[in-house]
Amino acid sequence: MNELLNIGLIYSTVRTATPLLLAALGGLYSERAGVINIALEGLMLVGAFTAAVVTHYTHSPWIGLTAAIAAGVLIAAIHAVLCISFKAQQVVSGMAINILLIGVPALLSGAFFESTGATPQIPLHELLQYAPVVIAFALVPVTWYVLYRTPFGLRLRAVGENPEAADAAGVSVTRIRYAGVLLSGALAAIGGAYLSIGQSSLFTRNMTAGRGFIALAALIFGKWRPVQTMLACLLFGLAEALATQMQGVVRVPVQFIQIIPYVLTMIVLAGFIGLSRAPRAIGIPYQKEK
Amino acid sequence: MLELRNITKRFGAVLANDHVNIKVKSGTIHAIVGENGAGKSTAMRIAYGFYTADEGEIIVDGQPRRIETPHDAIALGIGMVHQHFMLIEPMTVTENIVLGAEPGGAVALDLTKAAERIRKLSEEFRLAIDPHATIEHLSVGQQQRVELLKALYREAQLLILDEPTAVLAPQEVEELFAILRRMRAQGKTVVIITHKLDEVLAISDEVTVMRDGRVVGELQTSATNAAELARMMVGRDVLLRIEKPQAKPDSTVLSVEHLTVTARDGTQRLKGVSFQVRAAEIVGIAGVEGNGQTELIEALAGLIPHAQMSGRMEYLGRDIAPLDARSRRELGIAHIPEDRHRRGLLLDFDLKENSVLGVHYRPPVAVSLGSVLLDDGAIRKRTERIIEDFDVRPANPDLPARSLSGGNQQKLIIGREFVLQPKLLLVAQPTRGVDIGAIEFIHRKLVRLRDEGCAVLLVSAELEEVTALADRLLIIHDGEIVGEVDPTIATLEEIGLLMTGGKEQ
Amino acid sequence: MKLLREILFPLIAVLAAFLVGAIIVLLIHDDPIETYKLLIGSALSWPDGIGYTLFYATPLIFTGLAVAVAFRCGLLNIGAEGQLYVAAFAAAWVGITFGGVEGRSIANLSAWLLVPLACFAAMASGAVWGAVPGVLKAKFGSHEVINTIMMNFIALALVSYFTQYHYKAQGDPILQTVPISASAHIARLGKFIPGLPERIPLNIAFFLALLACVLVYIFLWRTKWGYEIRATGANPAAAEYGGISTGRQIVLAMAVSGALAGLVGVNEVLGYRYRYYDSFSSGVGYGFTGIAVALLGRNHPVGVVFAALFFGALKRGGLFVDIFTEHVSKDLVEVLKALVILFVAAELYFRGRLGRFGLMRRAKI
Repeated sequence: MNELLNIGLIYSTVRTATPLLLAALGGLYSERAGVINIALEGLMLVGAFTAAVVTHYTHSPWIGLTAAIAAGVLIAAIHAVLCISFKAQQVVSGMAINILLIGVPALLSGAFFESTGATPQIPLHELLQYAPVVIAFALVPVTWYVLYRTPFGLRLRAVGENPEAADAAGVSVTRIRYAGVLLSGALAAIGGAYLSIGQSSLFTRNMTAGRGFIALAALIFGKWRPVQTMLACLLFGLAEALATQMQGVVRVPVQFIQIIPYVLTMIVLAGFIGLSRAPRAIGIPYQKEK
Repeated sequence: MLELRNITKRFGAVLANDHVNIKVKSGTIHAIVGENGAGKSTAMRIAYGFYTADEGEIIVDGQPRRIETPHDAIALGIGMVHQHFMLIEPMTVTENIVLGAEPGGAVALDLTKAAERIRKLSEEFRLAIDPHATIEHLSVGQQQRVELLKALYREAQLLILDEPTAVLAPQEVEELFAILRRMRAQGKTVVIITHKLDEVLAISDEVTVMRDGRVVGELQTSATNAAELARMMVGRDVLLRIEKPQAKPDSTVLSVEHLTVTARDGTQRLKGVSFQVRAAEIVGIAGVEGNGQTELIEALAGLIPHAQMSGRMEYLGRDIAPLDARSRRELGIAHIPEDRHRRGLLLDFDLKENSVLGVHYRPPVAVSLGSVLLDDGAIRKRTERIIEDFDVRPANPDLPARSLSGGNQQKLIIGREFVLQPKLLLVAQPTRGVDIGAIEFIHRKLVRLRDEGCAVLLVSAELEEVTALADRLLIIHDGEIVGEVDPTIATLEEIGLLMTGGKEQ
Repeated sequence: MKLLREILFPLIAVLAAFLVGAIIVLLIHDDPIETYKLLIGSALSWPDGIGYTLFYATPLIFTGLAVAVAFRCGLLNIGAEGQLYVAAFAAAWVGITFGGVEGRSIANLSAWLLVPLACFAAMASGAVWGAVPGVLKAKFGSHEVINTIMMNFIALALVSYFTQYHYKAQGDPILQTVPISASAHIARLGKFIPGLPERIPLNIAFFLALLACVLVYIFLWRTKWGYEIRATGANPAAAEYGGISTGRQIVLAMAVSGALAGLVGVNEVLGYRYRYYDSFSSGVGYGFTGIAVALLGRNHPVGVVFAALFFGALKRGGLFVDIFTEHVSKDLVEVLKALVILFVAAELYFRGRLGRFGLMRRAKI
C-alpha cells in the first residue's frame, strides 16, 4: 500500500481533479444563481471538441482554448435561454444539451475528418499540460473572492436564494442568472479543452466519460462552496487516480473505488454528513407577478 | 409627497384597484385600512413598482412619474417593507442591506464602510441591529428592523409598510411605533397598511379606508373613531339575513381542548384553543385572516404533522389526534378547504376524478380485485348526482375542473363533501370568489346540512357571512379565541373590535 | 380539439428539429432532402427496415413508459439507464444460474419457469434500483435527479464488476457474461411472421412492450394506485387533503418506473444477445432516449408507442445514413433527438405566445 502513496499519485490526482474542478466551479456559478446545470457534461464536451478542432486548423492551442471558451458560452446560452427566458424544465434542457453534444462533435468530425470516433492528432503543447491546472486551482480563491467580496457575487447568491428579494432590491434576476450560466459554460469548456489538448492530443468520442456528472457531484459534495468543492474534486480525483494505479496491482476491483464519489454524494444529499443545503431557489424559474 | 390618481389594476377578471386615489402628505404617518382583499397592498405595490397599473398615474413630489420597477421607486426615494420580508436568510444584515446598491467598485465590495453606516443608522433610530448578524438568526421583529434599515440606507423619504404588525408581539409593536414616530420627526413620510383599527388610531395622522378595490373614505385620524372606521371597512350597516330555523343543537360532536399548533419556524399559530361543536349547530369562527384559522381547520382535518401539535381533539368521544386525514374522513369528518386551487381540486383532472378525491380508494368507487380498479360507471353516477344536486355548470363530468368558474368549482367541492353525509363538516371560506347566486345556494345547503344533524365548524373572513350563518360565533385573534358572541344580537362593530384586537366592551 | 393540440405540438417540435437538422446537414456539405429520404426510407423497408425499427423501438417503449410514469408523479427519472443495466444483468444471472449452464448453475428449470423468473428478476431489480432514489426523496427530500444520476454510475460499475470478475467466460476479451441457457431464450418474431427473417432480433418482447402500454394505461387511469400517483404529481397539497400519502406514492411511482425500465433487459438478454453484454446501452442510451420518448409522447402510453417508433426508426435509418451519405454520420440521429427535446422543453413558452394570438385558447363551452 505504501508504495502507492507517492509523488506520482499526487500528480495524477491533481491532473484528474483539474477538469472536474473547472467544470464544478462553472456549475457553482450557475447553481448559486439558481439554475440547475446538469449540462456540465455537454459543456465539457463542446470545449474538448472545439479546442481540438480549432487547434488542428490553426496550430495554436491558445486560439483553440479561446474558441473552446466561446463555444462553451454559446452552448450555455441555449441552456440559459431555455431555463431563464423560456422557463423550461432545467433538468430536461440540461439533458438535451448533453445529448446534443454527444451527437454534434461526432457528426462534425465524421464530416470533416472522416472519423466519428476521433479528431486528428495535434502536437502536444508543453505549457497546456500545466496552465489549466494552475488556472483551475487559482480560480478557487478567485471564485471565493467573486462570490463573497464583489457586488456581482452578492447578487449572484441573492438571486439563487431569494430572487424575489433580489428583485425588490432592484437587482435584475434575469441578467445575473444569464451571467452565471454563461460563466459555467466558459469554465466547463476550459475543463473539456484540458482533456483534449492538455492531457491528450485529440478529441475522442464521449471523451469526458461522465466527468461532467462527477463535477456536479463534487459541487453538491462541496456544498456549493468553492473551497469545499475543490476538496471534493481532489477526493474524487484521488479515487480515480487510485483506481488507475491499482489496476492489476491490488486485488480490489477498480469498480468499487469508482463508485465512491457517487455513494458519498448520495449520502451527503440525504443529510447524513452535515447539511448540504442547495441554493433555495434552485430549479425554479423566476416568474414575476404581473 | 406621494399621490395615486385614478389607479386601476385588474388581475384576470378581478378588479383589485378601481380608480383609486390616495394622497399622502409629506412628513405624516398615513394609514391605509381595509379588509383582506380590499386592494390596499395592490395600490402600494403599484407605487413601489412591483405591479404596473392598467390605468392612472403616480405623482411624486408634484411630478408625474413612471414607476415600473422597484428600482425606479428606490431612485425616487420610496422604500417598502413587505408583509413577507424580502431578506436573504443565509446572508448578513449588511449584505442584505447593500444588495442592489453596493458600495465600492465592481471588483471590491466595501462591506466595512457599509457596516459602519448601518451601525450609525441603527443608532440614530435606535434599532439595535448588529450589521454583522446573519438574518436567519434574528427574531422576526429584528428582521423587520433590517427591512427598515434597508430603506433608510437608501435614503428613502417615503416608507411603505405592509401589515407590519401582523408578525409582531405587542411590545414589539410599541417599539415599531416609536421608531416610526422618530422617523416622522426626522421629516420622513410613512405609509402603513393595516386592518387593525386600534393601531390606526394610535399611530396615524391621516387614514384612507378601502373596500372592494375602492377608496371609501379619507379622514383625519383625530376626527374619527374605531366604530366609524369599522363601519366604513365592512360596508353595509344592514346584515345579510339568511332564512334559517332556530338551531336545535344536540350532543357534542367535536371537543377541542388546549389545541396548540407550532409552525416549522417555531412561531405558535394556535395558542391553546378550546371549544365544542354540537350536532345540528353551526359554530362560526370570525377573525382577520392569518390569525390561526387555517391551522385550526387543517389540524382538525389531519393535515398538520403530529409533531407540530399538542392538545386534545375529541370527535364523538374518540381521540382523533393520532389519526391521519384518511381515517378521519372515514369516521365522517368532511372538509371544505379554504383554498380550492391549492387544496381542494386537481385542476387538470376532470370533474369525475375530482368528485371522488378522498374516497377514490374504497367502494363504491374502487371495486374489483380487492378495491383496486376504479369503477368508471359508479364514478360517473356519483359525479352526475353531485352536478345535479349542487347545480354545477356546465354539467359535463368529463371537463377538467380548471375550465369551471370559481363558483362552480366550489359547488363541486361542496357536493363532493356533502355526499359523504358527514357528521362533522369543517368548512373554510365557502364562498370566496363565488358569484352571488352561488353564495346563496351554498348558504342554503349549509343550513340544510345543519338541520339534518351535522355539526358544522365554519371559518370565514367575510364577517357578514359568519354572523348570518353561525348559531354561535367565536372570535379568533392571534391564535386565541378572544370571545364568543350571539350572532343574532352582536353588532358588526362589536365583533370587528374583537377581531382587530380591541377590548371587549 | 384537445387531441389535436396534443398531437400538434409534438409534430411542430419534430418538424422544427428536422429543419435545424437540415441546416446542419447543409453546413457539412450534404443534401438534407436525400439524407432524410434515406433516413426514413430505410426505416420503412420490408422486412429489414420495419423489423429493426420495431426492434429498436421495443426498449424505447419500456424506458419511455418508465419516464412517463415517474413524470405523472411529478418526478424526473434520469435513472432508467442504471435501472435497465441492473435489470439486464439480473435477467442474465437468472438465465445462467437457474438454466443449467455448466458449472454456474444451481438448478435447471424449464423454459416455462425460467423465462417468467428472468422477467421477474429484471422487473424486481429495476424496481429496487428505482425505489432507492424514491425513498431518499420521500424521507430526506433529496432531489431524485441527482440521486438517479449517481445510481446510474453505481449500477454501471457494479454490473461491470460482476461481469468481469464472476460471470465472464475465461479468456473472453469482451466484457460480457457467459451465454444464458437456451431455455431462457424468448422467440424471435421471424419464427411466426412469414417473410421476416429470424436474423432480425425483433422478438416477443415487442409484444410485451405493447402489453406494458396497456397495463400502464390501466394502472395510471383505472386503478386507485394510478389515481394516487397522478394526484400526487398534479397537486401534492390536494392529494394530501384527499388522504393520500404523497411520500408513499413517490416510492411507488419510482419502483414502477424502475420495473418498466428493467424490462429492457428482457428484450436485450432473453430476446437478442442471450447474454449480458457490458455497456450495451452506451452513447445516448435507452434510458436517456426514454426521456425524449416520454416528452414527445406527452407522458401517455399511446404517445409513448408512437414516439418510440419514431426514435426507433431514426436509429435504424441512422445506420443507413451513416453508410450511404458522403458526410453525414448516424450521429445526426442524436442531434435530432436533442433538438426534439429542446423544442418540446420550450413548448410552454411558445404555447404562451400562441395563446396571445388566440390560437391556443382553451375550449369554452
